[in-house]
Amino acid sequence: MTAGWPEIWEITGRSLRVAGAATLLAALAGLPLGVWLGARPRPGGLAAQVILYAGMGLPPVVVGLVLYLLFSRSGPLGWLGLLFTPTAMVLAEAVLALPMIAGFTLAAVQARAAGVRRLVRGLGGTERQVLATLLWESRRPIVAALAAGFGAAVSEVGAATIVGGDIRHHTRVLTTAVVLETRKGDLERALALGAVLLGVTLLVTAFLVVWGERR
Amino acid sequence: MIRAAGLVRRYPGFELAVDKIELPPGRFVTVIGPSGAGKSTLLRLLAGLEPPDDGGVEVRGRAVFLDQDRTVLERSVLANAAFGLQLRGVHRKEAARRVKPWLERVGLAGKLNQPAQSLSGGERARLALVRALATEPDVLLLDEPAQALDPANVALVEDILREVHSRGRTLVLVTHNLYQARRLGEETWFLLGGRLVEAGASEQLFTDPQREQTRAYVAGEMVY
Repeated sequence: MTAGWPEIWEITGRSLRVAGAATLLAALAGLPLGVWLGARPRPGGLAAQVILYAGMGLPPVVVGLVLYLLFSRSGPLGWLGLLFTPTAMVLAEAVLALPMIAGFTLAAVQARAAGVRRLVRGLGGTERQVLATLLWESRRPIVAALAAGFGAAVSEVGAATIVGGDIRHHTRVLTTAVVLETRKGDLERALALGAVLLGVTLLVTAFLVVWGERR
Repeated sequence: MIRAAGLVRRYPGFELAVDKIELPPGRFVTVIGPSGAGKSTLLRLLAGLEPPDDGGVEVRGRAVFLDQDRTVLERSVLANAAFGLQLRGVHRKEAARRVKPWLERVGLAGKLNQPAQSLSGGERARLALVRALATEPDVLLLDEPAQALDPANVALVEDILREVHSRGRTLVLVTHNLYQARRLGEETWFLLGGRLVEAGASEQLFTDPQREQTRAYVAGEMVY
């Protein structure tokens, strides 16, 4: 189905770059946040937990709309010129992936925190060593968190359409292309794009799981 | 050396209050008392794992606390045993070299590369003891290290603790096993309801207790 349509690989590459960058950005913020919140009770920690868990159900179109208003020419960040760029799509998808990565990390760390803290501190370790041990001991659920974050980013279409605009050779990604081809009535291409999207998600998840199983 | 004064720790519905502790270096103390008496809380306070609500604790030398829940990390038996040394900056290979004789002694040499989660409760207890001992602490604070072990392994753990003590280390051992407390301790503390009811030479505390509550407890007459 993909033969004779080289553009599909360009679209796939862009999807991977945008979703990968969004997951990386969300992980850089979400992993430390999840570990910090889960490691011990913090002031306002419960409220943060509620916000993160609720954030897992953030409607992508609402995120897209808010970023659209921020990045539109008359918006407060309009001077950045990010609207209808891959960068805007990365930011939107990172906002969607962040609660998943931080929330799942928080839950995983919270479940191990008391035992690991007693062990590390009991052996004379520092609080920093407690956090590092917690991060390593939670690596398997954290891999699940990263996979969920990447899944949310790569499969998202509402925010990507609003802030990316589905511009050919510029911001078109697999999900927006599926919508376009379906509307055009080219269901064969839409199905091909869908199959590639599933394959990409499966491959990235497999990579993360194998990476997480390393000793 | 362990010193504490005016030590207080409060939880909802419970208060541990110990006026004074003076423990010279090299002593072997056993701590007895019914469940909920405050033994583990006292040990955690001495280890600095919990802050007291009042009073203070001073421990001279490096102390290691062995928790009764025997947490094992998602690593091999060898890596778990070496973990305490690695926390202190000892290189992984050197740490592994140092813990291997210990693991051999406690019968875990054949399981070095097994995931620690696959060990039985008794094996985990021995692994946790090795992990603590390998760091060669000055003070050992042990919460039920021989709990639920078979008699042969109880004897093994007791031998190891006697040997560590003979090298001049200070040991504070919480145990529900009164025979063990009497066998191992030079000094025994009896806790009840968050209070240190009696403290004295182990042999005397078991044969000639000065308080009626102590007598009832060591005679097995105290229902709690």
